[in-house]
Amino acid sequence: MKALNRKLWRDVWRMKGQVFAVTLVVMSGVATFIMFISTIDSLNLTRNTFYRDYGFADVFVNLKRAPESLKDKIKNIPGVNQIETRVSAYVKLDIAGFTEPVTARILSIPDDGRPLLNRLCIRKGRLADPAKDNEVVINENFAKAHGFDPGDQFAAVINGKWKRLTITGIALSPEFVLLMRPEAISPDFKRFGILWMGRKALSKSYNMDGAFNDVVLTLYPHAKLSDILVELDNIVEPYGGFGAYGREDQISHRMLNEEFRQLQKSSKIFPTIFICVAAFLLNVVMSRTINTQREQIAALKAFGYNNIDVGIHYAKLVILILFTGLILGIAGGIWFGNMLGAIYMEVYRFPYLIYILHPEVIIAAILISVLSALAGTYHSLRRAARQRPAEGMRPEPPAKYRVTLIEKTGIGRRLTQPTKIIARNIERRPVRTFLSIVGIAVACATMISSGFFKDSIAYTVNFRFVLSQKEDMTVAFAEPTSRKALFELKSLPGVNNAETFRNVPAKLRFGHRSYKTVINGIEQDGRMHLLLDENLKTVPVPSSGIVLADYLGKILGIKAGDMLTVEILEGSKPVRQMPVVALAKQYIGVTGYMDLTALNRLMKEGDAISGAYLFTDSNYREKLFRRFVNMPRVSGTVVRKDEIRNFTEVQARAMLFFTFIATLMACFISFGVVYNSARIALSERSRELSSLRVLGYTRGEISYILLGELGLLTLVAIPLGFFIGYWLCAYIAQALASDLYRVPLIIEMKTYSLSAAVVLASATVSGLIVRHKLDHLDLVEVLKTRE
Amino acid sequence: MIGKEEETHNPGDVVFQVRDLTKIYKMGEVEVHALRGADLELYSGELVVFLGPSGSGKSTLLNILGGLDTATSGSVSYRGKDLTGAGEKELTEYRRFHVGFVFQFYNLIPSLTARENVAIVTEIAVNPMVPEDALALVGLTERLDHFPAQLSGGEQQRVAIARAISKNPEVLLCDEPTGALDSKTGIVVLEALERINRELGTATAIITHNADIAGMADRVVHLSNGRIADVKENRVKKSPGELKW
Repeated sequence: MKALNRKLWRDVWRMKGQVFAVTLVVMSGVATFIMFISTIDSLNLTRNTFYRDYGFADVFVNLKRAPESLKDKIKNIPGVNQIETRVSAYVKLDIAGFTEPVTARILSIPDDGRPLLNRLCIRKGRLADPAKDNEVVINENFAKAHGFDPGDQFAAVINGKWKRLTITGIALSPEFVLLMRPEAISPDFKRFGILWMGRKALSKSYNMDGAFNDVVLTLYPHAKLSDILVELDNIVEPYGGFGAYGREDQISHRMLNEEFRQLQKSSKIFPTIFICVAAFLLNVVMSRTINTQREQIAALKAFGYNNIDVGIHYAKLVILILFTGLILGIAGGIWFGNMLGAIYMEVYRFPYLIYILHPEVIIAAILISVLSALAGTYHSLRRAARQRPAEGMRPEPPAKYRVTLIEKTGIGRRLTQPTKIIARNIERRPVRTFLSIVGIAVACATMISSGFFKDSIAYTVNFRFVLSQKEDMTVAFAEPTSRKALFELKSLPGVNNAETFRNVPAKLRFGHRSYKTVINGIEQDGRMHLLLDENLKTVPVPSSGIVLADYLGKILGIKAGDMLTVEILEGSKPVRQMPVVALAKQYIGVTGYMDLTALNRLMKEGDAISGAYLFTDSNYREKLFRRFVNMPRVSGTVVRKDEIRNFTEVQARAMLFFTFIATLMACFISFGVVYNSARIALSERSRELSSLRVLGYTRGEISYILLGELGLLTLVAIPLGFFIGYWLCAYIAQALASDLYRVPLIIEMKTYSLSAAVVLASATVSGLIVRHKLDHLDLVEVLKTRE
Repeated sequence: MIGKEEETHNPGDVVFQVRDLTKIYKMGEVEVHALRGADLELYSGELVVFLGPSGSGKSTLLNILGGLDTATSGSVSYRGKDLTGAGEKELTEYRRFHVGFVFQFYNLIPSLTARENVAIVTEIAVNPMVPEDALALVGLTERLDHFPAQLSGGEQQRVAIARAISKNPEVLLCDEPTGALDSKTGIVVLEALERINRELGTATAIITHNADIAGMADRVVHLSNGRIADVKENRVKKSPGELKW
């Protein structure tokens, strides 16, 4: 078999152009597969290790105030393993050199400095002195955003009093891998931070001696979470419990899960596309190779090689062609995986990233690509194995052609002979033509899917921040406040207009389904906060009843006209039935909307507000910030411009990376498919084209026949690519939809045209390479040989 | 001997003039001397058969005459114009407008019918025949809309001849036109070539290693070892029907 193996290597070398094209596609498939899976595995392992080493809690609950003695009662709930009580509060900060008010959550750490759960990973400095009420540890993202180091100071309003705090250390916590202000849409490390202070000092500031307002628990394995949550809620209910929740609803953990889910989906979609294209390319390459080697196969069989030997020989060729792509794909996957991991580490804070590539993943990549390659070439391999020796000795019968359908319509008379050649070749191999078109179309679709992310984010931003929520600043109060505060806000210089709102946590129930969210009470005739439907038409705020985000309607299985049960989780916790008046489009989060007056009526709290939306004069903005920093009841502000910038920045990095990868891959696919088709067409028809050259056709004229065909396929493929791209994006949008956000199915013209341009460009490059070969056809040689 | 031949022809009738033509191929590290200084004239309207064993240089000579290949040294002129220094573009134009080719393996375009295989040449020629007329000359009026796969070898070769003459070329170059055919079919093809030569007056050069074909020629050129060994004039031409092999 040694000589046969040598033939194998030489065959590969002879086909190097096509092998290269296949290699690119296989490499892309394997690389994306490894990249996604290894990133998921690495982040998962990193997260699990961090959670384990730093005691991430399983259950969380906030309450108003409970005596420390309640701790034992909670600990006695069957299934509860460890328990830790804490003091927690939201505080407003004033940071030198940063005019805007900054919000932080301040949490207690036990006086011995060793929390049982959610332990701190100190990155710099030391823990705060438990006795000192002016020392804090701050989280790393926040520190980085402001350039803080241990020893730096800032001011904070702690329980209504200004205090100067000194940073003693910078830390990470499993509780805040992703740091996000509740109800924010993306992380804002500059305007939201976490502070940790000794329990004794913090309790004193908030009059919480011997009491707590925050509990975290771990559970024994196999403990039933839902039962424990119910029991815990019952225990803390009299103490103003806000509803216990498990890890799945803990914001940092949730966002990570969401990221994993997206990676998981992507890890299925993109590698599948590549592997299918690779299998198709191999199919074309192998069927051509086996065709041209008919005589060799016949000779081998005449020498006594049996069917299996021949079959294995060509199967080896398939695997050899795959091999380079596999190796490069694995290397590229590891490289990309590390890059992607590093991008995630910018936003998700772990003490370290453990990059891991399980051997099973490599084995899976090898198995998937080898098996799909063999499946793609099965037919050709079988033909080679079964070919009878005598059959191969005879020349192949001339290819059969027919007059094409299009010529029968009467257009045929007007077609030149070269154009007829193109038409008939396309029609003679309908399956191959179709698959080539689909292949190029898939490249175009891949490109569209990468542009789609950009477009949909831009649309989301526009929908949310320009069309729907028009206020340029939101002021939040530390506690529900009388509506009279509105007049105070309106009287501030720089405030052009203000509208009030009230946010209330609530559990919405319909049938057996329920969802915990916030009801946003807004002014019925307000002009800043508009509810919109899919067609961007305003959905009026009803004077009674509730409007739900469309996705919330889907979660609850409820439609307009149905009666919804609303359980308010604050104040006197009223429970009411009310009709769902309409569903409004919402892309980020899921909220219920009510008229502010109706909500206040329901709460029986008079005209209380949580804050106000403002139209401001940008010239006064700095002054306004200072005022808000100094207004005790204002807990923080959100500026629309910052929110937009944050949202796009966080998305942008990962997006840029994905766009880069997708563009690269789309180029590889379209180059691979077009080059391969061109190369095969050239080898099948070089004789015909040389004959034409001999008859006096110019290089340009024969190029028209070959490249015109490919050009035609490409031109047909592009609209099909638009179509496939649209459906691919629709699938992605549907697959990624969650209650955190939905991806609107928006694809701009620009994305379509860019995708078409990329496909055309790579088709042109492969066309030029083939053109170069066409220009060097050996006219003499080809006349001597029988086909 | 060659000089003697020239006397019987009017110098204005010279289609090709070949002087001291050499061609050296590099096959890897080996140099192959395909032509070693050939001298020759070809006159309009005559039918010349080039005979010689394989490797004698006859195909190389034909390829150079046809503008498919260029000489290493020496000169070839067509109607007084030098082909030796012609570039790729001039050679393509030369093939396009002046030369008709017939190949051993027909080299028809499989995706075009007989009529269209002719049309592919008439479409780019200056003063061509109507394809149907060209096919009528080779007796294929009945097979106009057949694809190559539906034609016999002899029929395919006659389509190739119709294709070659349809542009009304000055010269028809045939490389082993009967090489892939049985003798009976071969004679039908030769009859077609003879008829064209007689009726249209197209200078025709036929390459063959089959000495029997020489009988139908005006002149027979023997090649051996890259040199012209001998040129013989047939006092009496045989008709292809009288040939046997």
